[in-house]
Amino acid sequence: MHITGHLASGPGFVPPSTTDFKLPSIFGHSDYATKPVVLVFFSVIVISLFFILASRKAAVVPSKLQFAGESIYSFVRKDLGQEIIGAGFLDYVPFLFTLFVFVLVNNLFGIIPLIQFPTMSHVSFPYVLAIFTFVIFHAVGIKRQGFVKYLKGIAFLPGVPKFAYILLTPIEIATYFLIRPVTLSLRLFANMFAGHLLLLVFIGGGNYMLHDSHLFMKILSPFSFGFGIVMTFFEFMVQVLQAYIITLLSALFIAGALVEEH
Amino acid sequence: MEAAAANPLVPNIAEIVVGLIAFSLLYIVLRSRVVPMFEKAFTARTEAIEGGIAKAEKAQQEAQAALASYTLQLSDARGEAQVIREEARVQGAAIIEELRAKAQEEATRITAAAHASIEAERQQAIASLRHEVGTLATELASKIVGEALDDQVRQSGIVDRFLNDLEQSKK
Repeated sequence: MHITGHLASGPGFVPPSTTDFKLPSIFGHSDYATKPVVLVFFSVIVISLFFILASRKAAVVPSKLQFAGESIYSFVRKDLGQEIIGAGFLDYVPFLFTLFVFVLVNNLFGIIPLIQFPTMSHVSFPYVLAIFTFVIFHAVGIKRQGFVKYLKGIAFLPGVPKFAYILLTPIEIATYFLIRPVTLSLRLFANMFAGHLLLLVFIGGGNYMLHDSHLFMKILSPFSFGFGIVMTFFEFMVQVLQAYIITLLSALFIAGALVEEH
Repeated sequence: MEAAAANPLVPNIAEIVVGLIAFSLLYIVLRSRVVPMFEKAFTARTEAIEGGIAKAEKAQQEAQAALASYTLQLSDARGEAQVIREEARVQGAAIIEELRAKAQEEATRITAAAHASIEAERQQAIASLRHEVGTLATELASKIVGEALDDQVRQSGIVDRFLNDLEQSKK
């Protein structure tokens, strides 16, 4: 909603742009006091409180709160941990669980009334998550197979004719050390960025049309608002899906590093 | 500020730092406080379910053992009853047979006693009759023939001979 002011006051319709993601500091001019920074810390507090309260009793017959928390945890544990990583998956469940709920809540901030800003649309945060995944899955591979053997496994795929290495070795190295972390972060960032932009277009557009002097524009503005609401539901789906995808891919990378042969 | 915002792919140092801290913080909290508790609940639940299943299996085994034992006891009791019934039947038959034999014996004995008594009485009657007939005949003969036949020996010899002749002639 932070853009409606300058949209209405402008001479014509100013489409939302990347500048709309550059939010001013809440107090002072520090980069550490901006809305996304506050939201990220807020998400940590909310998630911690919710899960500490939900898991506090650890009852055999769970309360509704415990059941809710357990459902999310056991989803990550079973569908993303056990099914994908297999043996020894429990070591990685805390990371995958943290990743999933952190991304999920920060994504959902995009459509939660009054918050309405997906923190992951600031590329720095997806970068951080990609760094964590990158470090963890390489560390797992090195620890499991040894540094040289692990790198050799990546650079020289076993069971491939020798001449194919001319092509495959650069591709494999690029995949493991560049493409994986970059795509992991950009996928999440781009989805949240585009989703937020889409909502800004329809809601900002509706607002602009409502304040236009032509009656025709005023009549059409509810359609823009209506589509904004439809897109909000669509965004909810995308936000949940992206949280799932980044966790799923991280689990797959870890699983790949755990097995000897690729 | 506005210039930096132009490229959304350029990271912000402050946000990188915040992201690292926030994610690490959340990881520490969830790993130390939440995951162990959920795992504890899962373990407890698995144990409770497995314990329940084991208990149910044990109960079922016990019930089956009890049923088998009762069935066995019932069939034993049936067999025993059959044996007792058979024994009773045999004993009953034996008792009836014994009683019948006793009664028969008694009847035979009574009949024999009656026969003996009748015979004795008859002998007595014959003896007394013979004596009296003898006396009467002697008295009659004495009166007719006189005192010559008073001698006891002769007298009884004559009477006996007479009676024997009588019996002989009857035959």
